[in-house]
Amino acid sequence: MTYIVKPQFHHPSLNKNALGFTRRDYEGRVSTLCAGCGHDSISAAIVQACFEIDLEPHRLAKLSGIGCSSKTPDYFLSASHGFNTVHGRMPSVLTGANLANRELIYLGVSGDGDSASIGLGQFAHVMRRGVNMTYIVENNGVYGLTKGQFSATADKGSKSKKGVVNSDSGIDMVALALQLGATFVGRSFSGDKDQLVPLIKAALTHKGAAFIDVLSPCIAFNNHAGSTKSFDWVREHNEAVNRLDVMLGRAPVTADYAPGELVEVAQHDGSILLLRKVAADYDATDRVKAMAYLQERNAVGEIVTGLLYVDPEADDLHDALNTVPTPLNRLSDAQLTPGSAALAKVNARLR
Amino acid sequence: MQPTNTEAPEHFHKVVDCQWACPAHTPVPEYIRLIAQGRHADAYMVNWKSNVFPGILGRTCDRPCEPACRRGRVDEEPVAICRLKRVAADSKGDVTARMPTPSPVKIGKTVACIGAGPASMTVARDLAPFGFEVVVYDAEAKSGGMIRSQIPRFRLPESVIDEEMGFVTALGPTMRLGERIDSLKALLAEPYDAIFVGTGAPRGRDLNVPGRQEAAANIHIGIDWLSSVSFGHIESIGRRVIVLGGGNTAMDCCRTSRRMGGEEVTVVVRSGFEEMKASPWEKEDAMHEGIPIRNFMVPKAFTHEGGRLTGVVFEKVAPVIDERGRRVTKPTGEPDEHIPCDDVLLAIGQENSFPWIERDIGIDFDEWGMPVVDPVTFQSTNPRVFFGGDAAFGPKNIIWAVAHGHEAAVSIDHYCRGQNVRLRPPPGMAVSSQKMGIHEWSYDNDVSLDDRQKVPMLETAVALADVKAEVELGFDVARALAETQRCLNCDIQTVFATPLCIECDACVDICPTDCITFTVNGEEGDLRPRLKAPALNLTQDLYVSGKLPTGRVMVKDEDVCLHCGLCAERCPTGAWDMQKTLIEMAQVGGGCLK
Repeated sequence: MTYIVKPQFHHPSLNKNALGFTRRDYEGRVSTLCAGCGHDSISAAIVQACFEIDLEPHRLAKLSGIGCSSKTPDYFLSASHGFNTVHGRMPSVLTGANLANRELIYLGVSGDGDSASIGLGQFAHVMRRGVNMTYIVENNGVYGLTKGQFSATADKGSKSKKGVVNSDSGIDMVALALQLGATFVGRSFSGDKDQLVPLIKAALTHKGAAFIDVLSPCIAFNNHAGSTKSFDWVREHNEAVNRLDVMLGRAPVTADYAPGELVEVAQHDGSILLLRKVAADYDATDRVKAMAYLQERNAVGEIVTGLLYVDPEADDLHDALNTVPTPLNRLSDAQLTPGSAALAKVNARLR
Repeated sequence: MQPTNTEAPEHFHKVVDCQWACPAHTPVPEYIRLIAQGRHADAYMVNWKSNVFPGILGRTCDRPCEPACRRGRVDEEPVAICRLKRVAADSKGDVTARMPTPSPVKIGKTVACIGAGPASMTVARDLAPFGFEVVVYDAEAKSGGMIRSQIPRFRLPESVIDEEMGFVTALGPTMRLGERIDSLKALLAEPYDAIFVGTGAPRGRDLNVPGRQEAAANIHIGIDWLSSVSFGHIESIGRRVIVLGGGNTAMDCCRTSRRMGGEEVTVVVRSGFEEMKASPWEKEDAMHEGIPIRNFMVPKAFTHEGGRLTGVVFEKVAPVIDERGRRVTKPTGEPDEHIPCDDVLLAIGQENSFPWIERDIGIDFDEWGMPVVDPVTFQSTNPRVFFGGDAAFGPKNIIWAVAHGHEAAVSIDHYCRGQNVRLRPPPGMAVSSQKMGIHEWSYDNDVSLDDRQKVPMLETAVALADVKAEVELGFDVARALAETQRCLNCDIQTVFATPLCIECDACVDICPTDCITFTVNGEEGDLRPRLKAPALNLTQDLYVSGKLPTGRVMVKDEDVCLHCGLCAERCPTGAWDMQKTLIEMAQVGGGCLK
């Protein structure tokens, strides 16, 4: 953390986006996390992504639970809506907000404790219901706020800072998300913004439950030899399956690629995901193969990153519930409380 | 690119833009911090060591530091460095006890300095404390040279000149004032070990167009007229005055005219307003006093009646690009304009004049009548004779004269001791980490967002009534403090230790001005455009680390670094540190004047 506010002066060549904002306009307050925390890099990636997709800050709602990661919404997009909820309960608060106003873009920020321990149930249900949101887990495998105990995502056999070996199996959030029906699943690393920023852009423009697991080394408690969430370990074992570019429907694709090298995926909102293959034969639109591939590579100690699965035709919870498209705050009292006659009609249908 | 060598002072010296731009390389941020702490005497001594005349320069300097100031590249205006220097000088109190004392031991070497202007007096100051016997000659009765004769009193009170010349004379040089040197040959016959020529550029350029002779009584050479005013020989001028020329002398002439009875004073220049040589603030000050500046007008003739000047005829010109792509002015064909006036002041340039230097004494002159002087050692082709200030390379300004004086003094020292004058002692660089605690630094790293402070001025009516009333009042303590906080502390360097870096990107994320990039190495031309913010200011260097574990390098564009230290505060391993580099140019005696 730092004591002084980041000076407002910026580079004279700082670009503006279509809304006339600079990247600096998407920043938040000064971070109080430890120096070098991966989470701050993820915040910077969110800032960059929102700037690049010309997001109007007031159209974003950022929600979080409890923990180091859940503090971070304070450190980006100060002009957005925010809700720092109860430990592990971000998904249900977010689901409620989404049901009430589907016009906002929902970003849930959570950590491995908040999502894989106390909030595991909430995580599971928000994924399987297909709430239209971006769910980012800032995953460092350790409880930083309580000084370094293993979290539920710590790999079996990895060592704590004090040398204790973890005997419990680690929860693979990506495998869970795939199994639970998330329609956009990615994994990335806080130290690789070239990969992370396009993933966040794609997730924010995806309709449906989008999940990104971001390995985010804890400098204070989990960046030592024997950790499998350290900078060195992640860099050594990182195997990207693809590289992603997000086209917002403005610039045409100009780069030349050999046949089969580039896959175009068109999303609902008109954005196009350009996937440059890194791993041969990896198909990011096949859920079953993706799950199998991840298991195989995990077994040999690789950390698979990239856009792992996307269903561009996904539906969301509103489609399933057939809800009214207008946000509730714009409906009149008469529409919201149609009276006892309407209630009687509904009740009659249920008899 | 090769990793930047941070052991040698050059890279970090260039980062301190103001100090790098200052001909005398004054450590500007160092003294600005001292002013912020209220340590005005200390701030004065830092200045005095480098530029010898802080009180004078704090009012009159051409300020090459200010256009160079990094603040000007991230904010609208640079730090008011010159005015802060004046604050140090005005508030220093009595500093005589801090001054070096005349050397009790004489080394048996005598040096003559011709002219008692800034160059010669710098030579005297640098040599006298080390046992040299220095003899300073000047035709005038008081020391100071053009500082005293040409700079109007309303910009520079005489008391300031007296005090700062006094600090030099207190070091024991023999001041032979009122003695004009008419023959260098004769002086060379005297047993001086070395002679320094610091006689300035004392001749104002004339304008020979029709009517010049007939109306001579009302046409004056600007610098001569200014010195007549300074010495009290002239007390008035006509009601309507035309000043020809666009340099700082022209600005002094027109503003002085306003104080000597000139009511309608007009400056007329051949060039465009933007191309004028005068400093922008001097033009502003002149216009503030109700003096119009008219441009693109070439004087064609002086009109006169019965031996009295009646005005000047001007041809109108406009800028065009000629066949060689140069910008020149060409007549527009519009009718000439006659501007009536009572007096004309010519401020169209100054020339060197060496009628007193014989051509058979081993000093070579070039085709323009200038002595051949080595630009590093300031030695002429006669090894005993050195030149500096305007006498060496033509008209510049005070701070250049001081810089020349320092270098010439080093040469004279070497020469008198039988050492090679070409061996130049390197600058000293003292490096000290500013880290005090986890997020605490021994400098104020919180960047002030304030605009440049305006300097209070004497009310125009009062100022114009008295040629000796100083028109700029200088900053008071509150304004000075606010202005010091605008300094970015560019001498507090971001120093990167490659072996400690874990490439966590924290510095990249926090840097307010996108200075830092981790990327694969390349040639400079390849690296510059692909940094996080393209490094397109080629005058600013890149700082490149050694190879990091991922095979990349850290590249920092020094251009708009705020020196806020956030990279170092965010760095978990201390790979970034904020270290002060105090760079001091070598002077006589190894650069360690008391």
